Amino acid sequence: MPIVVKRKPLTFLEKLYIPEIVRGLTVTFRRMFFGETVTLEYPEQRPPIPAGYRGVPTLVRDPEGREKCVSCQLCEFVCPPKAIRITPGEIPEDSDYSHVEKAPKEFDIDMLRCIYCGMCQEVCPEEAIWLQNQYSMSGYTRAEMVNNKAKLYELGGTLPDEHFKWNKKKEAAANGGDHGHGPAMPPADMPRSENPEVPPVYPK
Amino acid sequence: MTDLFFYLFATFTLGCAFGVVFSRNPVNAAMFLIMTFLGMASLFVLLEAYFLAVIQILVYAGAVVVLFLFIIMLLDVKEENTHRVTPLTWVASLIGFALLILGVVAITSSDNIKAVGDTLPEAAGASLKNFGYELFTTYQLPMQVTGFLLLIAMIGVIVLSKRMKTD
Amino acid sequence: MELTDIAIKSIYAIVVVSVLMGFCSYAVLAERKISSWIQGRVGPNRTTLPFIGSIPYVGRFLTRLGVFQPAADGLKFLFKEDITPDHVNKVYFILAPILSLVPALTTVVVVPFGYFENSAGEVVNLVLADLNVAILFLFAVSSLGVYGVVLAGWASNSKYPFLGGIRASAQMISYELAMGISVLPVFMWLNAPGTDGTLSLVDVVNAQGGALWNAMWMPVSFLIFVVCIFAETNRLPFDMAESETELVSGFHTEYSSFKFGLFFVGEYAHMLVGSAVVAILFLGGWHPLPFMTWADFGVHGWLAGVLSVGTMIGKLCGFMFFFMWIRWTLPRFRYDQVMRIGWQMLLPLSIANLIVYTFVIYFLERP
Repeated sequence: MPIVVKRKPLTFLEKLYIPEIVRGLTVTFRRMFFGETVTLEYPEQRPPIPAGYRGVPTLVRDPEGREKCVSCQLCEFVCPPKAIRITPGEIPEDSDYSHVEKAPKEFDIDMLRCIYCGMCQEVCPEEAIWLQNQYSMSGYTRAEMVNNKAKLYELGGTLPDEHFKWNKKKEAAANGGDHGHGPAMPPADMPRSENPEVPPVYPK
Repeated sequence: MTDLFFYLFATFTLGCAFGVVFSRNPVNAAMFLIMTFLGMASLFVLLEAYFLAVIQILVYAGAVVVLFLFIIMLLDVKEENTHRVTPLTWVASLIGFALLILGVVAITSSDNIKAVGDTLPEAAGASLKNFGYELFTTYQLPMQVTGFLLLIAMIGVIVLSKRMKTD
Repeated sequence: MELTDIAIKSIYAIVVVSVLMGFCSYAVLAERKISSWIQGRVGPNRTTLPFIGSIPYVGRFLTRLGVFQPAADGLKFLFKEDITPDHVNKVYFILAPILSLVPALTTVVVVPFGYFENSAGEVVNLVLADLNVAILFLFAVSSLGVYGVVLAGWASNSKYPFLGGIRASAQMISYELAMGISVLPVFMWLNAPGTDGTLSLVDVVNAQGGALWNAMWMPVSFLIFVVCIFAETNRLPFDMAESETELVSGFHTEYSSFKFGLFFVGEYAHMLVGSAVVAILFLGGWHPLPFMTWADFGVHGWLAGVLSVGTMIGKLCGFMFFFMWIRWTLPRFRYDQVMRIGWQMLLPLSIANLIVYTFVIYFLERP
């Protein structure tokens, strides 16, 4: 069923065209002198970036300053345009986090290839790679457009979440290899709760 | 001084006129035609007939040649197609040449040229008032006839270009 | 003619042309600013000069206004890469921008822009050449400007420029007729019976001094002339030759850098001369008010010169503003509409207007 839009026949004044031009001119005149300026003067003023915006992918640290990436290379495998290159490295024995075992030695994201799809963020088991609110990447050479690890951490900053997953793991390991889901075998030195309804309290 | 300019502009005009005839490319020919008209306008200026000079540029260089160019561009004449000599070409060029000779003979043998002495009379078209006056008195009939011819031509064009209803 | 006379005239000519070019570059700025204000934008506001730009308040104000932008634009036109495509006809391709600018600059010769009284009390008109057939000269030379567009379209040897060139040639012829006929009443009124006959622009202005301006009692002529000026200068709503939505940018699609700059300057020079002609023919030239001249205000001598030139430039700028205001208000006509307006509306209207004013002037001037 086609929809027929009836057009009103033009009145005599409208057919003359001149009065309509004058009307248009008054509209533009009002806009010119009394209209508001909607321009956002870009480098000084920035548009508000909504939450969940997929900007430049970055690496983040946790509030303790630990790099969250464990160089599992999932993002490298999932990246559709193959923009990510990771060289895994080990965490030295004397570090507080030596039990994490791995951290990226090199982490390069080629921003000439990146398509901002956000798959790396989605696949990351450590919540270490985030597409944040930066949107303008520019450079004079191709090499400049490859973000290395230092640049990625500089862009990413700290993610203020307080999971401390690896701390919990360390605790748990120290307390008998449990992963934080409740004790399979309560530590020997811990007194058993008298009331089974009350969950056991573990020190942080 | 005026003589020098006359020879200068006359040479320029003639050269451009030859250019019109001998160019293979129709657009080149049209451009030469414009320059011919400009040369003729400058000759009119030397005769102090400013009105005629300006009208020459306004009508011929400004409008007629634009139409020529319009047609040339629309028809997209290929260079090789334009250069073909048929018997008709020979007849036409012979008639044209004969008319040219006739015109030159007619002008040189008439008394008008000899009547021009050392002092140049004021050209009829030099002042606007003279021009208008002559046009509406002495040359009234030719003007009306020209107008009528143009009207006929216009009607002819309308009839030719109007699509006839086939029923 | 003495050699000094020639020298003085040449200097005048150079001064007038440079002033015109300066106006052109600032007209471009005005266009950009006005368009941005109408569209709620800011417009050019970054270009600045090292020292003037750092004066507190004033420098910032001028920078925000974009006053230094024309210099940057001009340099950009000079230094960008000048591309001549392989498939063009080189001679006409280079000739075309020159042909579009030269007529615009030539027409300035006959445009008067003021007067002053010398020490002897004589009125001296400020005009490079006060021709007796000034208006015809103006029409004739400005009609040559179309060759720039047509040749550019043809020489570019590609589709869109070609269409632009064809459109320009047809449009130019269509609107020249109505334009020529619409100014006839002005000159019929100017040439009272018994005078020697003149088409001089200075005389038109003088005839409007201390009387009604022509636009006030010849509104239809004024209207037709203004519409035709829009069409002749290829301005929106009549910019069929370059209409960027259909023909990319029409005849100058293949042009870049300095050659494009010549087209650009040529368009604005055409507009400036057109505005000046409208002001002279219909808006009283350098007279400040209808029925009033500067002499009536008691202004004489060099002050009259300054004020008359100022009035003229004021009217010219006002009409330039109108040009731009219209451009950013109206959408472009369709090509068949342009042709219909030209031939079926403006031409009959101008002829009817001519007949009516023939009678009006006859009864007004009947002894």
